[in-house]
Amino acid sequence: MRRTNLTDSLKETPSQTAGPYVHIGLTPNFAGIAGVYPHDLGSRMISDRTRGERVVIEGQVIDGSGSVLRDALVEIWQADAAGLYPSPNETRGSADPAFAGFGRCPSDQESGAFRFETIRPGPVPWPDGRMQAPHIQFWVVARGINIGLHTRMYFPEDEAALAADPVLNLVEHAVRRPTLVAQSLGGGRYRFDIRLQGADETVFFDI
Amino acid sequence: MSSNAAPERGTFYPRDFAWHPPAYHPGYKSSVLRAPRRALISLENSAGDLAGPVFGHDILGPLDHDLTANAATPGESAIGERIVVHGRLLDERGRPVPGALIEVWQANAGGRYRHRKDGYLAPLDPNFGGCGRVVTDADGAYAFRTVRPGPYPWMNRPNDWRPAHIHFSLWGAGFAQRLITQMYFEGDPLIGHCPIIATIPQADAIDRLVARLDMDNTQPFDSIAWRFDIVLRGRKATFFENRPEGM
Ligand SMILES: [Fe+2]
Repeated sequence: MRRTNLTDSLKETPSQTAGPYVHIGLTPNFAGIAGVYPHDLGSRMISDRTRGERVVIEGQVIDGSGSVLRDALVEIWQADAAGLYPSPNETRGSADPAFAGFGRCPSDQESGAFRFETIRPGPVPWPDGRMQAPHIQFWVVARGINIGLHTRMYFPEDEAALAADPVLNLVEHAVRRPTLVAQSLGGGRYRFDIRLQGADETVFFDI
Repeated sequence: MSSNAAPERGTFYPRDFAWHPPAYHPGYKSSVLRAPRRALISLENSAGDLAGPVFGHDILGPLDHDLTANAATPGESAIGERIVVHGRLLDERGRPVPGALIEVWQANAGGRYRHRKDGYLAPLDPNFGGCGRVVTDADGAYAFRTVRPGPYPWMNRPNDWRPAHIHFSLWGAGFAQRLITQMYFEGDPLIGHCPIIATIPQADAIDRLVARLDMDNTQPFDSIAWRFDIVLRGRKATFFENRPEGM
């Protein structure tokens, strides 16, 4: 038996913070380490051939003092315009091959802003067959975040679908549900800020 | 990439948040204002959690796995103790996770990151960038070459030093398996002094982040090997299909 750090337990490897230098590992070109990878993974989600309505999502990650994080990294994952995930593990059909579904954006080193150019996702069913409102999953890591935070963003125009959404309805305190709904800036632009603490702390999920 | 095993369709084992570090841990001061204070809302897995982006070997360049060379002037090499870090990516049922992207980053041999916010006295190494990536093979195995990173001081208590460590970013088959962690080195006396490691409640959980010296795979006159096996959330066995068709 070779020596291994695995003992009798096959529990999940424990999480550790991504730390202040996560951009070196996950977006090295952004971090100034050019040429190791041709481009940063997740920096481009769509092309001219991608089907669907173009949207731009911008926001910041904000701490409990109201300060903006400049060392965070945000990843998003979403269905294509038809509601299918671009993944070999999508069992319901084949997604648009011209859509990545995955985006990764470092917080801007000055403004802390993240920005994704993507498409409006189609609706995806909940396991019981009800439809979820169109949404985008978000995952946030940074120094001081000990385990990555899952949340999701909805679109404000989808009023009927939001009212019926199975996940929003699981958020017991209805007053917290708007933390998951982006603000429309018009012209397909949306603002979605993620608040780690405070009265309007974003709803985070254990998925 | 593809395995002969039947594709897994089950939902993931629930994440054990008592095993992972809690969000709020005042010994790690940066967590105090960045830890959500409300309870997480628990969801059953839906399609977007069970599927995830998959990155194939085709994204990899020839030196992506070799941090001693991938940012070096051709013919030169990063300075430091040459090591190979290898292991297997498994799930909680012990099944290999093939075709999974692993991204790593680390300080150089002196403990300095190539980053504008790192002002530590130790010098930059012109031949070291500090990032690398690999994709697991059909058995879930991975390996990369690098130099052993140095410990470094950081702003927390007045005299806190990180043990030597390599940051790991891990992808599985589903987005719910996404994980970032850090690997440490067996025998490092700083492990017991680190407030970030101390965010993990149990000693046996900490031990899972400690790579073992692997003399069997150490390459004579070349590199010392360290073994680090990683476990992602497992998928429940689907004993009985009782889901509506299409999920
Ligand atoms: Fe580090």
